[in-house]
Amino acid sequence: MTPIFQRKSVLIPLSLGFLLILAALNLALGSVNIPIAEVVDIVTGKGSSNVIWENILLRTRLPQTIVALGAGMALGVAGLLMQTLFRNPLAGPSVLGISSGSSLGVGFVLLVAGQVWGFSFSRLGIWGDLAIITASLGGAFAVLALILFISHKIGGTLSVLIIGVMIGYLSNSVVGVLKFYSMEEDVHNYVIWGLGSFSRMSVDRAYLFAIITIVPSLLALFLSKSLNLMALGDRYASNLGLKIKRARLLIILCAGTLTAIVTAFCGPIIFIGMAVPHLAKLVSRTSNHLYLICNACILGAATALLCNLLARLPGMESELPINSVTAFIGAPVVISVIWKKRKENF
Amino acid sequence: MNKNLLHIRNLSIGYGSKIVAGDLSAIIPSGELICLLGSNGTGKSTLMRSICGFQPVLGGLIVIDNREVHQLNEKELSKQIAVVLTDRVVVPNASVQELVGYGRSPYTGMLGRLNGMDKIIVARAMEQCGIAHKKDSLLTSLSDGERQKAFIAKALAQDTPLIILDEPTAFLDLPARVEIMQLLRDIANTSGKSILMSTHDLDLALQLSDRLWLLQNGGPLITGSPEDLLLKNAFQKMFQHKGIVFDNKTGLFKVMHAQHSQVAVKGHGFEYVLLRRALSRKGVRLVKANPEDCNRLEVNKDAQKPFSLYVDDQCIQSEDSVEVFVNRVLAAKSLLEVQSESRVLSE
Repeated sequence: MTPIFQRKSVLIPLSLGFLLILAALNLALGSVNIPIAEVVDIVTGKGSSNVIWENILLRTRLPQTIVALGAGMALGVAGLLMQTLFRNPLAGPSVLGISSGSSLGVGFVLLVAGQVWGFSFSRLGIWGDLAIITASLGGAFAVLALILFISHKIGGTLSVLIIGVMIGYLSNSVVGVLKFYSMEEDVHNYVIWGLGSFSRMSVDRAYLFAIITIVPSLLALFLSKSLNLMALGDRYASNLGLKIKRARLLIILCAGTLTAIVTAFCGPIIFIGMAVPHLAKLVSRTSNHLYLICNACILGAATALLCNLLARLPGMESELPINSVTAFIGAPVVISVIWKKRKENF
Repeated sequence: MNKNLLHIRNLSIGYGSKIVAGDLSAIIPSGELICLLGSNGTGKSTLMRSICGFQPVLGGLIVIDNREVHQLNEKELSKQIAVVLTDRVVVPNASVQELVGYGRSPYTGMLGRLNGMDKIIVARAMEQCGIAHKKDSLLTSLSDGERQKAFIAKALAQDTPLIILDEPTAFLDLPARVEIMQLLRDIANTSGKSILMSTHDLDLALQLSDRLWLLQNGGPLITGSPEDLLLKNAFQKMFQHKGIVFDNKTGLFKVMHAQHSQVAVKGHGFEYVLLRRALSRKGVRLVKANPEDCNRLEVNKDAQKPFSLYVDDQCIQSEDSVEVFVNRVLAAKSLLEVQSESRVLSE
């Protein structure tokens, strides 16, 4: 019999509750101490006498919380899709080279524009932000289109994986060349972009971001049957009536879009996409992706919120780069999961 | 009953332009267990994969239920043929019940959820394969035999008229092999499904299958009931090899040993057969003792020590262990007559 906390009827409400608590903590905690009662008043729209507090909450903490939630969910789902498609526990959203494509796009805007037109995009304010987002999406979707084309042309799943990784290396090397010939300020901006952040958006844009990440994440539920069969291997999947090429295309499209969006708005966020699927498989003992995707959504959001919370713990002067925190949390998770599996299998 | 489910006509199989085997023709009648036999490299797996629609054929036809296999789409084919592959797939966290449930995929909706009927079919399939008691166990925790049963249950749940298994007994120990073969025999008998499996277990195939397909290097395919093929001496041709002889009466292979000497023996019975086998392995052939042979072996099954060694009509040693006795005989060089013909093969 499965332990009580692993039953689906208990697990999902439990983890949703945990997620809510984390979201609340993200609003309540930070370098400025705001009383809980005030936090509740401001968030529920009653307003507060203290304008600074109101500003901190509505302009900083609330968008950050929403962005972390959406980004975590998207990356968790994308990672799960990739790990199942490639049947590889080390796969993550970045294996297809999509985030490298983003980096390349952003690299061109931040590094080349400075050289060619003699100005820095970072000084352009909102237009600069939009240019970066557009460049990132452009780079990511260009790589995605290439991967989809290759996946359609050639048969093997493994070949797609290898080509994705190779595209990643190629874009990194181009970015390296760009960096070498760029102005110091531009390189600095590029490095900052590469560290990732949940706090680049206004509250309106955060809501938009939440919609375009959460909706496709939930749409991935419709891929769960394909994913269940893909996990059995291409031959069994095809014998059970699955159109392999189409399924693979849809899975790559879904994971690729999620990764592209998150990378465009937050920069390349590492580790969440790789660690969360392991957590999702750990909490419920099932191979059914209908449940695994739900788990990945909730746990992805929760992990991102936890990382965001740790990145700006009370008492710290400034925020830590989010990627330092995600790796700090993600690496032990992956190690412990592998450790636990080792014990079970032998 | 007994209509033909699948026809193969003048089939050529292979990869690209390389033909592995050609001119293959065969039938699969409903409700029969068919074993595909053939040495490694003759194209057994290629033939299986071609029938399953996993790879294109180079010529000829495979027709199932009056339709050409390679013109059916995945969905249609998934309701005709269920497969059990040799590949060892590792599905993280999958339980037996989940795996068998995936067998229902051709019939489930977009989210792949099982309805009441599906659940009954899944339970019945696990029951029939004797794996129901392990339904909540993870696949990774099963023994090889149990795993194979789980995958067979998956194929059963797929509810197809034909099940194809690629060497289902390959990694199993002898009792598990027999069990799996009996299970398949039982499925063919009770469900009316046809089963085609490739195997190297000739003795089990001869005893349990309704029909054999013998694939020779490059083709053609020789088919028929085990008994008819024995009548036609099909196996001798198939497994022509130095030192191996196929015994039509027992349906077993005999290994022939090179004999370099012989010894006279008096006696008969089970003990005699055992002694002959043990000495044959060492290259010594037994010949019937003439009354004048004063150096001889005697086998007396009623004595407490059945094996006796006589030199000059004197019993110099009696033993109850074949091994000890054989060593003693080999040590008595004077006893063994070295043969003039250098190498004679004998059982």
